[in-house]
Amino acid sequence: MKDEALLVADGLRKTYALPGRGRLTAAEDVSFTVARGGSLGIVGESGSGKTTVARMLVGLVRPDAGGVRVDGRPREARTPRRKAARLARAREIQMVFQDPYVSLDPRLTAAQCLRTALRLHGRDDGTAAELLDRVGLGEREAASLPRHLSGGQRQRLAIARALAPGPRVLVLDEAVAALDVSIQAQILRLLDEIRRDTGVALVFVGHDLAVVQHITDEVLVMRRAGSSNRAPPGGF
Amino acid sequence: MTALTLTPIRVRARRPVGVTVAAAFLGLVVPAAVLAPLLAPYAPDAIDLSASLAGTSPGHLLGTDSSGQDLLSRVLYGARTSLIAPLLLLAVAALLGVTLGVLAAWRGGWTDAFVSRLTDVMYAFPGLLFTVLIIAVFGTGMTTSVLALGLAYTPTVAKYTRSLALSESRKPYVDAYRVQGMGGARICALYLVPNLGRSVAGYLVVLFGEALMSLATLSYLGFGAQPPSSDWGLMVQEGQASVVQGALLPALVPGTAIALVVVSFNVVGVWAADRLGGRN
Repeated sequence: MKDEALLVADGLRKTYALPGRGRLTAAEDVSFTVARGGSLGIVGESGSGKTTVARMLVGLVRPDAGGVRVDGRPREARTPRRKAARLARAREIQMVFQDPYVSLDPRLTAAQCLRTALRLHGRDDGTAAELLDRVGLGEREAASLPRHLSGGQRQRLAIARALAPGPRVLVLDEAVAALDVSIQAQILRLLDEIRRDTGVALVFVGHDLAVVQHITDEVLVMRRAGSSNRAPPGGF
Repeated sequence: MTALTLTPIRVRARRPVGVTVAAAFLGLVVPAAVLAPLLAPYAPDAIDLSASLAGTSPGHLLGTDSSGQDLLSRVLYGARTSLIAPLLLLAVAALLGVTLGVLAAWRGGWTDAFVSRLTDVMYAFPGLLFTVLIIAVFGTGMTTSVLALGLAYTPTVAKYTRSLALSESRKPYVDAYRVQGMGGARICALYLVPNLGRSVAGYLVVLFGEALMSLATLSYLGFGAQPPSSDWGLMVQEGQASVVQGALLPALVPGTAIALVVVSFNVVGVWAADRLGGRN
């Protein structure tokens, strides 16, 4: 294990009970590391457990075995009860969800959405404008509800919201899968810029190897209910 | 060659005639209730025994009851309690029902099992019997009736809210709040419940007519409003004795008022609930 690794996933395992007696293994002994400011792609066919791994990283799913460490500190499997601990945990890893049509609160404008996240983390409201600018959204979009934004604009907003707490790692779960190809390219360019400018590490989960290779330094391939193979993008 | 351009037409669902009529009727009844002191020709409790059981006349447009009280004045004043009481009842049911429903959906596990069994047990009792039991313990009166019926309606609202909250809490925007480090209570109170608001409001509009009917039934049975109140249910009960004397108006006027308002609220409520997404 490299000393400089920022994010370490070690032997993550998750199974779900099936109706009857069986259990479905969603992820089995998944281990990887991501360097500071680095990027890792996780690809695999449907049902290979990519999303489960992404949700285990951010704490939405509790692993049956294994754990996640950020900067050498283990992340608790349970969401901490204390607010300060919850917020500190949130500042380690943030997530961008697959479907921008349902991942934004329909009642909040883009600016309100960002201000909510910023205030929660005690950050200045004014940062909302910077974040919107950072992801290429203007004043008109800032005052718009999600239903008045296009899919690409919504995903830009979702990225800005994920950046609001100032995370060290950004997990993107099929973040461009619901978008048109031309919009996908724009979002991928934006993510690349953000990574270069802010030094945030990216974990990009997707099913399209070409897309994942485009943005990441290394790729982890997950197979159905099995472990994983890791290689630099050219290796596949 | 002419280019054919297809302009999207905004199709707006036409409001059914029945809904328009019902809404117009309620549009008259609600201001009439508010302005009852200005519109009513007599005080609701003004007794004139010389005009007992008088029929319709220019002096008493809807006739009088056995005490010579003007029925139009009483119905106008009665609209106030008959409309405000269901509103309070539903406020009680909404406060308790939404809290329990969201709590059950959010916490899951034994909390959900406990709330679900509790609502099932309350369902097992007929609502009216449950209400009468509470009134038997705490005494008759409008306040007790409103609180008792509020409790009786709570399981209905709780079950409905639970099912809505279950699907809403699984949406990624709620996960996003969790990942941001927001606490469960804050997510529920500030973001989850407001997003259920439209659907719950639509459902409550549908329940309004039913709540009004339940309260009128309690007053008719003598458990709710007490004399000399001009509550419609109580008026029907008082007017019933006059029917054998051949005077139908004392029972017919408040009875018709109840029927028209309940039907109007149902018609408008179902239409509103469909539009607000409250009827799935």
